[in-house]
Amino acid sequence: MSRRVALEAAHAVAEAARMADVDVIAAYPITPQTHIPERLAEMVADGELSAAYIPVESEHSAMSACLGAAAVGARTYTATAGQGLELMHEVLYAASSMRYPIVMAVCNRALSAPLSIWGDHSDAMATRDTSWIQIFCQNSQQAFDMTLWAFRVGEDPNVLFPVMVHFDGFHLTHVTEPVVLPEQEEVDRFLPKLDYPFALDPHKPMTHGAFGIPDVYSEAKVAQEIALRKSKSVILQGFQEFGDIFGRHYYPVEPYKTEGAQTLLLTMGSFGETAQIAVDTKQSKGESVGLLNLRLWRPFPFQELREAVKNAQKLIVFDRCISFGGPGGPVCSEVRSALYNERERPTVVSFVGALGGREMSPQDFEYVIDRGREIAEKGSEELFETVGIRGEVTGIRG
Amino acid sequence: MSKETIRFGKSAVTTQEFVAEGHTFCTGCGEALALRLACKALGENVIIGNATGCIEICTSPFPVTSWRVPWIHTLFENTASVISGVEAGLKILMNKGKRPEQDIKCVAMAGDGGTSDIGLQALSGALERNHNFLYLCFDNEAYMNTGIQRSSSTPYGASTTTAPAGKFSIGQITKKKNMVAIAAAHDIPYVATACPSYHFDLMRKVRKGAEVEGPAYIHILSPCPTGWRYSSNLTIEISQLAVQTGIFPLYEIENGRYRLNADPPELKPVEEYLKPQGRYRHLTSDNIERIQRLVNEDYARLKKKAAAFPM
Repeated sequence: MSRRVALEAAHAVAEAARMADVDVIAAYPITPQTHIPERLAEMVADGELSAAYIPVESEHSAMSACLGAAAVGARTYTATAGQGLELMHEVLYAASSMRYPIVMAVCNRALSAPLSIWGDHSDAMATRDTSWIQIFCQNSQQAFDMTLWAFRVGEDPNVLFPVMVHFDGFHLTHVTEPVVLPEQEEVDRFLPKLDYPFALDPHKPMTHGAFGIPDVYSEAKVAQEIALRKSKSVILQGFQEFGDIFGRHYYPVEPYKTEGAQTLLLTMGSFGETAQIAVDTKQSKGESVGLLNLRLWRPFPFQELREAVKNAQKLIVFDRCISFGGPGGPVCSEVRSALYNERERPTVVSFVGALGGREMSPQDFEYVIDRGREIAEKGSEELFETVGIRGEVTGIRG
Repeated sequence: MSKETIRFGKSAVTTQEFVAEGHTFCTGCGEALALRLACKALGENVIIGNATGCIEICTSPFPVTSWRVPWIHTLFENTASVISGVEAGLKILMNKGKRPEQDIKCVAMAGDGGTSDIGLQALSGALERNHNFLYLCFDNEAYMNTGIQRSSSTPYGASTTTAPAGKFSIGQITKKKNMVAIAAAHDIPYVATACPSYHFDLMRKVRKGAEVEGPAYIHILSPCPTGWRYSSNLTIEISQLAVQTGIFPLYEIENGRYRLNADPPELKPVEEYLKPQGRYRHLTSDNIERIQRLVNEDYARLKKKAAAFPM
C-alpha cells in the first residue's frame, strides 16, 4: 500500500532517489538545495540507502564525479541550484554529449549579482541549450514523481541523456506538503535496473570522449540533436507507464480549465498553482480564461503547445527570468517562436515577475490576465511588461 | 597482443603496448615516453581518466584511438573529480553485486597546467577525500598543447609565449610551484617524482602508486623539445641532466618519510642543463648564477627533510 506522508520537496526527491536505489551521489551544498544532500547523506549513514556519497569540493566537481560514476555504469544523482548550476555549466554539456544518464534536481534560484538565495528561473534558462531533458514541477508530489520518471526516461537505452528535474527554490524545496509514497515493488516495476551499455571495463576497453575534428564534429552534434528530439517518444511512454502504475498522469503541456477559454495564461513551475486560484476567480465571474502548465521544457513540446492554444485568441506567458537585451521572457520567446508559422495563432503577450523570491499572489495573476488581455486587444510597443516590481518602468521596449 | 616480458637485470617489463602506435606526439616527446612506461607499469586492469592536453589530443582523434585500456576524457580541470566518480562508482557497484569483483586501478592523468593551475582544486578535493587512485602529472613546464604559454609550473627564467624574455623581462619571473609539496601536504600515503630517463625508477614508482591503498601522486618531468626548444634527440640526456644538476631531484615520500632515489655526490652545474635549451638562451651569467643558488637552496632543503624523516 502506498502511504501519504508530509514531506517538503527536497526530502521527497531524496526519498525518490532512495527508492530508485541510486549508486552514487556527488553533491556540494548550496541554498536552497541543501536538504537534499543532507537527507541522502543521512540515509547512507544510517544504512537506509546503499550508495557512495561523494562530498565534493565544488559543483564543477559534483557533476564531474557524476560523469565518472555514470561512465562505469552507476545510477548517479546530484542536486544543485543557482550559482552551483552555473559553475557546472561546461560539465553539463559533457554529461549530455557523452550520453551519461545522470539525474539532477535543480532547486531553481536567482543568479548573482546581487547575491540572492531565493527563487526564480534564471539558473534554468542559462542551461536551456545544454541538451539535457528538462522537466518542471509544481509541488512536492510532482518532484517525487518526476525524479523516478527522470531515471526511467534518461536511462532508457533509446535515450541515454541526463535529466534535470526543476522545482522552485524555497517555494517547493522548503514547503511541507502531503506526498503519496508508493510501495518499493511499484517503483521496481516502473524503473528497471540500469544496464548502461558503454560502461568502462578493462575486459572491453573503450575510449570515452575522443575529440572531434571539423570533419566529424558537425555530424556528432546533429546526431545528438536528433537523438534528443527522438527521446520524446520515451518521454511520453514514461508518462504513460507512470500513470498506469501510480495513477498520476502527466503530459508535456497540461491544461487547467481551458475548455473553450478565449484567453490562456501559461506558466512553468510552482507558480502555476497560484495562477490556478486566479483562473478560478475569473471563471467564477464568468470570464473566459484558462491556464496551461508547461511541464516539459526540453525537448520543447511544439506539437502539444500548438494543439493546446489553437482555439485561444490570447495567450499570456508569465516568466520568472529576464533575457537581458532579448525578445522578452525566455519561455515566452520560445512559445512565440513555436507559434510564429501557424496560420491561426493567438496574440502572445509576455510578462516577467517573481524574480529572486518575489511573491506573486493570485491577485497579481488576475492583474496579469486583465492587463494581458488589454495589451492583446490594443497592441503594445513593448516587448514585455513587468509585474509586482516597484518603479516607473512597467514595460520594456526593444 | 603478446603478453611476454623482457628482463632487464632484476626488472621485468611487459612487451605489451597499451598506448598504440600511430599517435601524434612530437618527435622526441618526453611525455610520450613517460606515458608509455607508466602504462606498461600499470598493465591492463586499469581505468584512466585524462585531462585535456597533449596526451589527450595526441591519442584520441575520433574515430581512432591509441588506447588499449578503458579511458575517459571529459574536460580540462576536472580529471581528479572524474576519477573520483569512477573509483567510488566501481567500489559501490562491486559492493552491491552489480559489477563482478575485480581489482581495477583508477588513474588520473594531466599536464602541469591541468594539475598545478586549473585542476588544483579538483585534485586537492580528491586527495583529501582519500579516493583510492593514482594521479600522474606529466610536467612539461608550460601549456605546450596550446603553444607554450607559461603555467605556474614554468621554472624561473624560462621564456614562454605569455612570459617571453624581453628587454625588460627575464621571461618567467616566478619560481616553479612545488606541486609535490602541495600533494604531500595532504598527508597521502605516497608521493614521488619521476623522469622518463630513469625508466625502471619511473615504472617502479607507478606500480607502487597504483598498489598503495589511498591516493598517490607522481610528478613526472616530461621534457618537451618543442616548447623547451632543444634538439629532439636530446630528450633523455636533458632529463638526466635535470636530475644530475638537482633541478629535478628524484625522490619519494611514503607515509611522510623521504627517500632520495638519485643523490649524486656532487651536483653538476645547472648551466649544463640550461644551455642546450632555447627557452633559456637569453639568460646572462648573473641569471644563471641566481638559478644555481636557488637550486642549491632547494636541494639542501630537500636533503634536510630526507635526513629528518628518513624512510
